[in-house]
Amino acid sequence: MWLWIHKLGSPPHFYRIAGLLTPWFGWSAGVLIAAGVVSGLFFAPPDYQQGDGFRILYVHAPSAWMSLFTYVVMAIAAAIGLIWRMKVAHAVAASCAPIGAAFTAAALFTGSVWGKKMWGTWWVWDARLTSELILLFLYLGYMALRSAYDDHQKADRASAILALVGVVNVPIIHYSVVWWNTLHQPASVTKLAAPSIDPSMLLPLILMFFGFNILFGALLLTRVRGEVLMRERNADWIRERVSQP
Amino acid sequence: MTPRTGMIRAATLLIERDLRLAFRRASQLCHPLVFFLVVTTLFPLSLSPQPSQLRDIAPGVLWVAALLSSLLALDALLKSDAEDGTLEQLVLSGQPVVVLVTAKTLAHWLVGGLPLVIISPLAAMSLGVAPDAMLVTAEGLLMGTLTLSFLGSVGAALTIGVRRSSVLLSLLVLPLAMPLLIFGARATDLAMAGEASSGPLYLLGALLAFTATLAPFAAAAAVRIGVE
Repeated sequence: MWLWIHKLGSPPHFYRIAGLLTPWFGWSAGVLIAAGVVSGLFFAPPDYQQGDGFRILYVHAPSAWMSLFTYVVMAIAAAIGLIWRMKVAHAVAASCAPIGAAFTAAALFTGSVWGKKMWGTWWVWDARLTSELILLFLYLGYMALRSAYDDHQKADRASAILALVGVVNVPIIHYSVVWWNTLHQPASVTKLAAPSIDPSMLLPLILMFFGFNILFGALLLTRVRGEVLMRERNADWIRERVSQP
Repeated sequence: MTPRTGMIRAATLLIERDLRLAFRRASQLCHPLVFFLVVTTLFPLSLSPQPSQLRDIAPGVLWVAALLSSLLALDALLKSDAEDGTLEQLVLSGQPVVVLVTAKTLAHWLVGGLPLVIISPLAAMSLGVAPDAMLVTAEGLLMGTLTLSFLGSVGAALTIGVRRSSVLLSLLVLPLAMPLLIFGARATDLAMAGEASSGPLYLLGALLAFTATLAPFAAAAAVRIGVE
């Protein structure tokens, strides 16, 4: 087991394994998301209050979830990289940021479209919207710090500290904003005991949810492969790979 | 063998040194203060000088102005020491970097944050805040600026090796400082409405305790990366 993890930490092995896994992740994400889109758009019944407008939920909720999940993955990878000085972990953290920022932007955009329909306004200074916006700023700050350094190793470690400071702060920011003001509807899916949503509406959401998670896996693997290639561009194993037909 | 300097002694020496350096350039000391007053003046000019409206915006204006002016001063927290190699010597001195960073942050707050707190009643008065609420604002700013200095020390330490770092520093620190702004403005708001403002003040105190205990460790790790 440990040997396996050690092997995964070495860039050539990671590059090869990630290359093997990417198509599996990509295709299963594609199938799940396609199934989720079809069932969400055509088979789920319209909401009794919100009509067909609620269907944007199937993109909005998974993106919002992924925006947080990606941050946690980024912070864990940053911590691993900082503690065990694992090159690949830093590459993972670096690759998480743009993906997370994209999910956050998608959640904000779909949310504001939904808000326009339901609340009659594109943007309100509501708790969840605001904390999501701050999350976007945290991602942007992380990427800005990373790009400010010329030296890769320094950039890795400095931005890892920032990611960890951020992950400690995210709950604080979230609750401060919640106490400040709130209008957003309470989450209806995360209540584990009895979701207040009909099964026929829930199924597409679950499909989309898993689809988005696996899509994140596929995107991450692809990006990390790119990062590894760029970082190791002077290494022998890449030269060998390139020279092989 | 010469006796070693104790940890506390080293910290006080460092604070003394930083204060002395700051007072040698006393005119620069005033810059954040003047900035704070100028920014609070901008709002009556740009919105409207009606007292009722000014009183509505006063808490927000005071806190945003305080946040921006302490951010302005943060750039100087470690920059000059990093440039002339003092920081490197401090790291090599064998004293715990956490303690040294805390000392530098405290010294920075004494010259950059505390004056803001002292002058804040003046700015509050010009915006038509009642005397009771002034005191609450000053209390809030006392904890808020100190918290911000600790948060900022992490940001400043992370951007040591970066050219033109001041904008980047704001980008890193401002999102993390949002809770301060929320609770601080809420405290002033409640006090102006004549209600109990202890709730948000306690939360500010909690934030201060949390930041003051954890931020120096992150800042120390960042300093080590910055000087290597």
